Amino acid sequence: MIKVQAEDFDMGAELEALSQGRQNVGAVASFLGLVRDVAGPGELSAMTLEHYPGMTEKQLERLEAEALERWPLDRVLIIHRHGRLEPGDRIVLCAATSAHRQAAFEACAFLMDWLKTKAPFWKLEEVGGQANWVEAKETDDEAAARWNENKQH
Amino acid sequence: MKVLYFAWLRDRVGVAEEVVDPPGDIKTVGQLAAWLAQRSPGHAEAFADPAAVRCAVNQDFARAEEPFSTDDEIAFFPPMTGG
Repeated sequence: MIKVQAEDFDMGAELEALSQGRQNVGAVASFLGLVRDVAGPGELSAMTLEHYPGMTEKQLERLEAEALERWPLDRVLIIHRHGRLEPGDRIVLCAATSAHRQAAFEACAFLMDWLKTKAPFWKLEEVGGQANWVEAKETDDEAAARWNENKQH
Repeated sequence: MKVLYFAWLRDRVGVAEEVVDPPGDIKTVGQLAAWLAQRSPGHAEAFADPAAVRCAVNQDFARAEEPFSTDDEIAFFPPMTGG
């Protein structure tokens, strides 16, 4: 399931709903991403997440389908927020459920690595009254690429 | 045809979307980017470093050599920084 929203989410309730009544599920792995404070002490910071409505949903649905194809999963959940967020706010939740933990762990890591490079989101950081677009990291590309090399499933 | 811009590409171009009418010999998205770069100083700045610009055709990632048609939804944006 894919959710792209401005509103906050309740991680406990989301994970509960994902596995509720699924008797074959023995493992729920999840990743929660938070806004990190990039400013120094005493400076206010915030960020605004922009996205490409339509393409975001399309790419995340494709990502969900890819994970379900690669691992023996029951369900996949991706929630990604957009709009203005402050340090400590939840940005993203990825979760995968499976009979056993390994598939759930691996799928969850895959979802985050691919999301970083394939979901059309851009972060605008505000530090001390200055707004700057965050630069993409090469390490994110490398992290996503490793899933191409070991497609073992 | 309609072209969309996101993040710092939009800031530099100055608009989130615009309707353009490229000449018939512009066939790939890379050629379109080079043609758009000539529209204004802001466009030139936005497209100054082709390696820093990503493109989507109908909401799917497209390489520079990908052809497009005038009914396609074309978007230009920087590398993604979500998650």
